[in-house]
Amino acid sequence: MNILKNISLLLLLAMSFLACTNKSDITPDFDQTKLVPFSVEFDNIVGDRILSINNTATPYVNSKGEAFSISQLQYFISNIKLTSTNGKIYTVNADSSYFLIKGADKSTRFAKINVPEGDYSQLTFTLGVDSLRSTMDISKRTGPLDPAGGMSEGMYWGWNSGYIFFKLEGTSAVISNDTNGDPTGNKKFRYHIGGFGGYSTPTINNIKLIDIDLTKAGIARVRKDRKSNVHLFVDVMKFFDGNNAFSIAEHPTVMFSEYSVSIAKNLTEMFKHDHTEN
Amino acid sequence: MGTKHWIIMIACCLFIIACKKSADLIEDTTLFGGFTKPANFPEPSYNFANNTITKAGFELGRNLFYEGRLSRNNTISCGSCHMQSAAFTQHGHDVSHGIDDRLGVRNSPPIMNLAWNKAFMWGGGVYDLDLQPIVPITAHEEMDEQIDRVMDKLSQLPKYQQLFKAAYGSAEITTAKLMKALSQFMLMCISSDSKYDQVMRKEQHVAFSELEQEGLLFFREKCAACHTEPLFTDGKFRNSGLLPSEIDDQGLYESTLNVTDRYKFKVPSLRNLRYTAPYMHDGRFLTLDVVLAHYDHQVADLPNLDPFLTQRPGLGISLSPSERQALLAFLNTLNDEKFINNPLLAEQ
Repeated sequence: MNILKNISLLLLLAMSFLACTNKSDITPDFDQTKLVPFSVEFDNIVGDRILSINNTATPYVNSKGEAFSISQLQYFISNIKLTSTNGKIYTVNADSSYFLIKGADKSTRFAKINVPEGDYSQLTFTLGVDSLRSTMDISKRTGPLDPAGGMSEGMYWGWNSGYIFFKLEGTSAVISNDTNGDPTGNKKFRYHIGGFGGYSTPTINNIKLIDIDLTKAGIARVRKDRKSNVHLFVDVMKFFDGNNAFSIAEHPTVMFSEYSVSIAKNLTEMFKHDHTEN
Repeated sequence: MGTKHWIIMIACCLFIIACKKSADLIEDTTLFGGFTKPANFPEPSYNFANNTITKAGFELGRNLFYEGRLSRNNTISCGSCHMQSAAFTQHGHDVSHGIDDRLGVRNSPPIMNLAWNKAFMWGGGVYDLDLQPIVPITAHEEMDEQIDRVMDKLSQLPKYQQLFKAAYGSAEITTAKLMKALSQFMLMCISSDSKYDQVMRKEQHVAFSELEQEGLLFFREKCAACHTEPLFTDGKFRNSGLLPSEIDDQGLYESTLNVTDRYKFKVPSLRNLRYTAPYMHDGRFLTLDVVLAHYDHQVADLPNLDPFLTQRPGLGISLSPSERQALLAFLNTLNDEKFINNPLLAEQ
C-alpha cells in the first residue's frame, strides 16, 4: 500500500513538474507528425478605422481626397508556411491551405491550420491561388475553390479560367456617369484582381507572396492546449494609397488588364502584424 | 411449307422489333461502345484518367447537354446553340442569341472532336474541357445562370437524382460531377466517318474522285500547315488577316494581354463545313466561296498577320478558279453525315 501511495505521490510530482515546464516554456522539439491548432487572423481595417460594409453615411477618404464606401471585400489566402526561431520550416498541407476571407463575414477572418509545436518568427503566405491549383483537375477544387460560386460572390473567372483573388467593390461620388465611370449611374467601383501566369501561354501574374516578420510584434509560441493566433491588420486603404497610389475617379473599374499589374503591387503593403495571442 | 414458316417467323420478329420503343434501342448497350479512338486519329489530349467514360456518365451528360435548367429561366440548353443537325453549331446564325434573345459576339463553334482540343473558345482563355461549360452557363448573353443554382434545380428532380446515382453511385451533385458528365457527352461527339476518313482508312474501296484528289494535293500544299490533318486544325491561334469588326474583338489577346496575340483566333476544323455556315469567328462570311476569296485577295496587312499569309506580295494564298473548284470538292469529302445523324448524340 505504501508503495502505491509513493508511486501516486511521485506521479503527482512528475505531473506538477511537467506543468511547470509548460509555464517556463521550453521550446518543444519540432515534430511534424504531431500537429496542434494555430491560426492567422485577417482583421480588415481601412486606414485608422475598422472595415464596415456599406458605410455610406461616414465614408472613408483616400489620399487623393476621394470619399468612398465598401460593399464587398473578398480575397484568397493560400500556401501558408511558418519558419521557427531555430530555422525549421513547416509548410501546411496544400489541401488544407486555401482560405477565402470575406469582409462581410467575420467568421471567415481566421485561417485555421495545424502545425507542429514550436516558436515561429516568420509567417509566409500567398495572396491568391497558385498556378498549380489554378490548373488542377476540377475535382480538386472544392470548398472555397469551387467555381460554382454565384456571380456576385463569385471569385472565379469562367471566360479566362482562373480565380479572382482580390475583389473590392463599393461606391464613390467621384465616379462619373459616362463610360469612363459607371454608365448605370450607380457610382460603383469594381476591382477584380486576378491572373496567375496562364496555362499554356504566359499571362499577367498578380499573385503575391507575403512575408511577415513576427519578431517585432511577438513570435508565435505554438503549443498544444493553447491556441496561438497571429493577429494581422489588413489595411484596405493601402490598396488605394500604396506606392502605386491611384485615383478612384480615374480608374473605377480594374479587372483583367495591364493596369491591374500596377495596382496589384499595392496589395503586398496591406498586411501588417499587430500582435500575437499565445 | 418451310419457306412459309420462315416468312411468318421473320414477320413476327420484325413486328417485335418495330414494337420496341426507339428509346429502348438507344438503351441497348451494343450501341454505346464507350470512347474509341478512330484508327486514323492521333492520341487524344483529354486526360481520361480523371474521367472514365461510362454509359451512365455519358447518358447523364447527354441529359444535361439538352437541359434548359442550365439557364436562368430554364429556356436555353447547350443544344440550343449547338444543334446536332448543324454539327453542333447554330447554322444560319453569325452570332447566337441566348437567354432573352441577347446576342453574343462570336459564332457558335462545333462540339466536335473535343478530346483532341487543348484550348477552347475562339479567343482561348479555357484550357480544360471540364471547365468549359462554366463559360456559357454564367455568360450574361448565353445562359446567365450560376452553377450552384443549376445544381439546386437539378437536385430537386427525381430524374437527375437517379441519373447522378447511376453515374456516380450517389445522388449528390457537385460541380466536378456536373462538369465531368457534360465532358463525357462532349467527348463522345466524334466526327470521324466522312468520306475522307473512309479513304484514309481504306474502307470498302472508297476512293476520291479525280477532282477531290486534285483538291487534296492542293490542300496539302496550301492549307494543311494550319488546318492539319486529320483534325483539320493545328489547335493554334492565328491571325488570318480579317479586318477587325466594329466591336474590335481582339481574340486571344483579350485573355493573355500579350500584344503579339492581337486578333489571333483559334484555327477552326474544316470538318462538316456543309452544316456549319456562316464561317469565321464572328460568322461574317456566309459561303465558302467568300472565305476562299478572303484568302485569295482580301487578307489585310495587320500586325501579327500569320507568316503563312505573308509569303507573296499581295498577301494571302493565291487560288485560281480551277484550284478553288478542286479545293471545294475536297472539303466536301469532310462532311460526316453519320455524325449529324448519330442517334446516340441526339436529344432523347
